[in-house]
Amino acid sequence: MVIYGLALMGGCMIVGTGLGYLIGDLVGIDANVGGVGIAMLLLVIVSRRLMDKDQLSKLAQDGIMFWSAMYIPIVVAMCARQNVVAAFDAGALAFVAGLGAVFAGFLLIRPIAALSAKSDPLPPLTEDNPAPAAAMAVPEVAKEVK
Amino acid sequence: MDILLNAVTKYPLVTAFVVVGIIMVLSTYIGKIFNNRIHSSAIAIVIGLILAFVGGKYTGGKHGISDVEIFAGIGLMGGSVFRDFAIVATAFGVKMEELKKAGLPGAVALIVSMILSTAIGAATAYAFGYTSAVDMATIGGGAATFIVGPVTGAALGASSEVIALSVAAGVVKSISVMILTPFLAKMAGLDNPAAAAVYGGLMGTTSGTAAGLAATDPRLVPYGALTATFYTGFGCLVVPSIGYMAIVALVG
Repeated sequence: MVIYGLALMGGCMIVGTGLGYLIGDLVGIDANVGGVGIAMLLLVIVSRRLMDKDQLSKLAQDGIMFWSAMYIPIVVAMCARQNVVAAFDAGALAFVAGLGAVFAGFLLIRPIAALSAKSDPLPPLTEDNPAPAAAMAVPEVAKEVK
Repeated sequence: MDILLNAVTKYPLVTAFVVVGIIMVLSTYIGKIFNNRIHSSAIAIVIGLILAFVGGKYTGGKHGISDVEIFAGIGLMGGSVFRDFAIVATAFGVKMEELKKAGLPGAVALIVSMILSTAIGAATAYAFGYTSAVDMATIGGGAATFIVGPVTGAALGASSEVIALSVAAGVVKSISVMILTPFLAKMAGLDNPAAAAVYGGLMGTTSGTAAGLAATDPRLVPYGALTATFYTGFGCLVVPSIGYMAIVALVG
C-alpha cells in the first residue's frame, strides 16, 4: 500500500528528529542538530534493506517517489513565502555580510570537493529525463509484493 | 464575489497546488522562449521570489505571498513540514557509496564554512562600526544562517537592532543562494554528488540550498540537503561559544 512508503519515511523522520534533539540536548542547546539529515540516512539504509529482501512493494515505493517528485513544487511554494522584502531592504551591512559568505562558499566548492574520491559528474539532463531526484537510482529488482 | 472568494479560500492547500501548478506551466513556457537554456525550475523559483516580494510589499508581512489571504495555502505547502518531508523523500534511491564518498568533504566544508561565514560577518560588522564582540558574533552568526544569528544574539544578550541585522544578513544569504546557484554552478564545479555535499556544507541555509539545487539539477538535492541540515544546529552550538571566544580573543 502507498501508505507503507509514507509511514516508513515518516518513521525515519520521527526517529531522525528525535535523535537530532537528543544530540542538541547532549551538547547543551535546544535545537535539532541534523535531524533531517539523520532521517535521510535512515531512509537510505532501511529502504535498501527492505528492497534487497523484496519487502518494499512498488506501491509503497510510489508513495515515497510521489513526495520526491513534489520536491520542486514545494520549493517553489517555499520561495513564494520567503521574506524577500527584508532581503532587499536589508541595508549595506547585511548585504556585504550575506553575499560575502555566499561568494566565499562558491569559491571553495572545487578545492574542498577535491578531497573526496573522484565522484563522476551526473549525465546531463535531457528533455525526456527531467529526473526527479530519486528517479536515477531506483533498482529494477523491486517486484510487486503485497 | 463572496462566493468566488469562498471558493478559493475554503481549501487553502488545494488553492496552493493550483497556484504552484500554474507557476510551473508558466515557467516551462518561459523556459521554451529562452530555448531551455535556463532550467524551468530556476524560472519557477524566481517567479516564486517575485511573488514573495510583491506579497511582502502589499501586506507588510514576513511570509511573502502567503500573507495574502487567498494564497494562505502557499504558506502551508512551502512550510517546513512539507519541505523537510520532501527533502527526506529525495534521499530515496540514493546510493550509499556516493554518500560515503561525500561524507568527508561535506564535513570539512561544514567546519570551514562556519569559521569563514562567522569571520566575514564579524569583520563586516566591525567595518560598519559594530566593534563589540557580542555584536560581531551575532552578525557573524547571521552570516552563517538567519537562525544562528538570533540564537547567538539571544545567548550573548545582543540588542534587538543587532539581532535584526543578523537576521537580515542571513536572509540575504539564503535568497542570494537561491538566485545565484544555477548561474554559478558550472563555474564552481557543482555537477557531482560530492561537490553537492560540499556546497550544502558551505552554504548551510537549508532553504537556500534546497532551492539552489532544485534550479540546478534536482538529482543533486539529497547530497546537498544532507549536509546543509546539519549546518544550523552546528552553528547554534559553536558560534555563541567557540566563535564568540575567538572574537573576544581577537578584539578584546
